[in-house]
Amino acid sequence: MAHALTLTTPSDREIAMTRTFDAPRDMVFEAFTRPELIKRWLGVQNGWEMVVCEVDLRIGGTYRYVWRRTDGMEMGMGGTYREIVRPERIVTTESFDQSWYPGSAVGTVTLVERDGVTTLTLTVLYDSREARDLVLQSPMESGVEAGYRQLENVLASLRTEGDGAS
Amino acid sequence: MITSNRLDATFAALADPTRRAILARLATGEASVMELAEPFSMSQPAISKHLKVLERAGLISRGRDAQRRPCRIEAKALEEATDWLENYRRLWEGNFQRLDALLDEMKFSGKRHKRTRKQGGS
Repeated sequence: MAHALTLTTPSDREIAMTRTFDAPRDMVFEAFTRPELIKRWLGVQNGWEMVVCEVDLRIGGTYRYVWRRTDGMEMGMGGTYREIVRPERIVTTESFDQSWYPGSAVGTVTLVERDGVTTLTLTVLYDSREARDLVLQSPMESGVEAGYRQLENVLASLRTEGDGAS
Repeated sequence: MITSNRLDATFAALADPTRRAILARLATGEASVMELAEPFSMSQPAISKHLKVLERAGLISRGRDAQRRPCRIEAKALEEATDWLENYRRLWEGNFQRLDALLDEMKFSGKRHKRTRKQGGS
């Protein structure tokens, strides 16, 4: 059975995901950093395949991913490795070719192993300064992130109200 | 496909507690500005401001009745916003399920590898 994925917003600038895997963390680390393994799982669904997966795994090294859908549409992203602590931590910058959010972001993967089970936390921290200025005109980041926190409240209250009315 | 501008407006509208309360109230049925202003102990102009934001985000619509202009909730915009979150979650759930399968495979071949090595070494 698949483990539950927890999605949270630890701060106004972050989105965090937590998930456990029944495998030692060095294996999870490999799956996150070796191109032939990344291509097997990252973003390859609903007709998307990864056609470019280049990884230069050293601090200051870059990575580049490009996905292509069956209809030919492409989506690309990439960035730089800022920290690499095998097998427990990877910090990268990330930006999409056609970005839907302002500025770039920093992704942090942490891997904690206990009894052969690995807990993965993936945090994405959005670029503050540039983002903040853009947010004033188009409330994308703060809106979306507040949305994560608030949408559940709204839906919960709507559900309660709905139940009460029926 | 929804435009990101529309989503921005939706999420921005949802970020405010008064507006969420208004939506929750409207979920029980339509209401006029006056009826909405009452429980929030806010002035009608203040409520009207919130209603404009909600209306721009497509979360509510206003009736034509010039006097009363009742507000009603538009479930579709809310669903679209939820869908977007759901898509994000689904994308990562999909990713991680494939990662599960890959790790199982790695464990299996790792064990086989170790066994072969052990056998080779003994």
